[in-house]
Amino acid sequence: MAEALKHILYKYPGKEQKDLIPILQDIQNENGYLSETHIQNLSKYLKIPEVKIYSIATFYNQFRFAPNAKYHIRICSGSACHVMGSDKLTETIKNTLEIQGNNRSKNGKISIEEIPCLGACALAPLIEINGIFHAKLNSQKLNRIINELLENQQ
Amino acid sequence: MLPMNLIKEHLPLLLMNPNPEKGNPVLQRNLSRLRHNHVDKMIIFIGMGSCGIIAGANKTKQTIIHHLKNHNIDAEVIDVGCIGLCTEEPIIDIQIPGRTRISFSRVSEDSATEIIDAISNNFLPDANILGQYQNDKLLNWEDVPFMNKLSFFKAQNKILTNHCGIINPEAIDDSIANNGYTGFIKAITAYTSKEVCQIVSDAKLKGRSGSAYLTGKKWIAGLEQAHGTKYLICNADESDPGSFVDRHLAEGDPHQIIEGIAIAAYAIQASKAIIYIRNQYQLAINRLKNALKQAYEYNLLGDNIFNSGFNLDITLKIGPGAHVCGEETALIASLEGKRGMPETKPPYPVQKGLFGKPTVVNNLETLANVPHILRNGAEWFSKIGTENSHGTKLFSVSGKIARTGVIEVDMGTKIRDILQTAGGVPGEADLKAVHIGGPSGGIIDTKHIDLHIDYEEMEQAGLRMGSGSFLVLSEKNCILNLTKYFMRFIQQESCGKCIPCREGSQRMLEILERITQKPYHESGHESLERFKGVIQLESLAKVMQETSLCGLGQYAPNPVLSALKYFRDEFEEHIFDRKCKAGICKGLKSYIIDVDICTGCTVCAQKCPADAIIGTARSPFFIVQEKCIGCGECYEHCKFNAISIK
Repeated sequence: MAEALKHILYKYPGKEQKDLIPILQDIQNENGYLSETHIQNLSKYLKIPEVKIYSIATFYNQFRFAPNAKYHIRICSGSACHVMGSDKLTETIKNTLEIQGNNRSKNGKISIEEIPCLGACALAPLIEINGIFHAKLNSQKLNRIINELLENQQ
Repeated sequence: MLPMNLIKEHLPLLLMNPNPEKGNPVLQRNLSRLRHNHVDKMIIFIGMGSCGIIAGANKTKQTIIHHLKNHNIDAEVIDVGCIGLCTEEPIIDIQIPGRTRISFSRVSEDSATEIIDAISNNFLPDANILGQYQNDKLLNWEDVPFMNKLSFFKAQNKILTNHCGIINPEAIDDSIANNGYTGFIKAITAYTSKEVCQIVSDAKLKGRSGSAYLTGKKWIAGLEQAHGTKYLICNADESDPGSFVDRHLAEGDPHQIIEGIAIAAYAIQASKAIIYIRNQYQLAINRLKNALKQAYEYNLLGDNIFNSGFNLDITLKIGPGAHVCGEETALIASLEGKRGMPETKPPYPVQKGLFGKPTVVNNLETLANVPHILRNGAEWFSKIGTENSHGTKLFSVSGKIARTGVIEVDMGTKIRDILQTAGGVPGEADLKAVHIGGPSGGIIDTKHIDLHIDYEEMEQAGLRMGSGSFLVLSEKNCILNLTKYFMRFIQQESCGKCIPCREGSQRMLEILERITQKPYHESGHESLERFKGVIQLESLAKVMQETSLCGLGQYAPNPVLSALKYFRDEFEEHIFDRKCKAGICKGLKSYIIDVDICTGCTVCAQKCPADAIIGTARSPFFIVQEKCIGCGECYEHCKFNAISIK
């Protein structure tokens, strides 16, 4: 039982509910997301019903239930970026990359995520693609980035 | 390099004696080095706050290290936090023996090497100079302004941020050499818990998170609880969009936060403390973790601290991300591993909090004030600020402003002065409004910017300081759009427990959307609903304020109400004239096809999702305004620029 999670779970011998969120954070940090198997194993270990784990995990913004795509775009939607025109950028990204309802492009190679604040309000509006920041964006700059992205994913 | 463990060995002397270096030349020399009054070789300080790193400080640092190695330059490179001037990042400071520390802004990889070469040869480079730090013991650089005389720093009173961007946040020795932990040691060796509570009470320190509750009062209530396990929680789950005050403090001077927590825990006799920090603040988390480890090594945390008999354990918990967890009972629920939903009060957390034990929750910025109050006394603190609001307040300034960053000013400073410090609105556009306090704060127009930063004065004007976000808007921004933005944020973040907040925020958002969207039909039901909604906005707001369970819902209508108060004409313009002066509300734009340019290529008609464009191929097309939903698809796709926006 829970063999794959053993190295994380041994840190939480108490098996208490208060450990649930830190365990979920550890699993996500290692795997990038929470899979169904993770939740099943955790449910057995903590003796908390799966549905309850889901109800708690889905309450918080941090947890993801699917892995990010090869190219993961994080768009800052903080208030500074908003007044500098980030919603227009988001729209352009969604339209040109044909992002579907699940926040992924059709071929599944690009995923997007709107996050509260990336922490560089002086450089607003900005986005981050796989850890690289693109700051003080305008439509021309963004188009160039998108075109590069489209070429790379071919 | 410092002799090993020098600071650790002299710890009691350093923390309890006002002049520890007296009669000890070795200590004196080393303290002077840690305080940067005297350096043996070139020291390069690199601004490595989040803002600096995103602006490229890592690359600059690598270039510098490479350059030093290649040219055999003997120098030390130290990471520091951010001095608050995020726009000028990456910032590097250089200090060479005998001369003052000099600061350079926007240092790219190319300019870094030039600057280092120039300074190491004792002359100034041509560009990038920001200023120098005043130090009477050292030789000044000619014609370089002093940092504290720069317009950005002149009006500031840096108490909490004094060490941010100056000292190494990852070295406890630097903190201790610069007075760190002296407040805590004074508290546990010279005062009883009750006396510490009394000092903070006398200082009238108010909670900086938004509720402005008296910290001393909260602590006395905490101390009065029966003995046994008690908890102190430092709330660093700063999740208002646009506020980054707590992050700035945690990244720039983490030991100050730990000292504040330790004093607070001693004041309420709690042996366990928790820092609850937002998961996105990775750098702040790392620095706090490192600082905690060092504090344990120095026995400033742990068992029997400084032989006082006081034990304290501080753990770091990472908030999984929910805006409502800024509310204390929701935060506690989250720490217990539940959905972060608030509880009805009473019982207050101070009576029955985390795991049913007495718990005091303080905001990070509030706690950062505490060491200074202990060090300098309640009277000193009371003298800063206004009659009812004491001390300083940090603001994270962003938006349409020349200098984005963190500004620390005395309470009672005018909003106008903060704007001036931040350099005003750049470019041709004029200042339109300032929004203070994020989604639970309010907005004011230019006529009211002489208002003072004071809890009571601001409340009378319908504003709240909140977490200290200070968002500047120019004429090119739409007030309704911003109000809608905050309401959407609340609607998404509402935990759903109480109806006034869950349903109220949804309805408010719908009303605001109706005003800013183009209706399919100008007559009939749609139109009626729009007017009715606006009339209902104010009464709906009242219901939310009075009946919501927690602060999130109670303060959620603030942006709308303050916008209605100061920008009523802009609401009317949107409702009656169906116009957005700033041109932001896409739904209110009219698209018109220029018949002279249109070639009749049919692309626009094909793209129109509302079938509002009619015409025959190869002759000019026409947009039926009544049908148009204002999505802008036609404008985006016209290859001949035949479509204009009115």
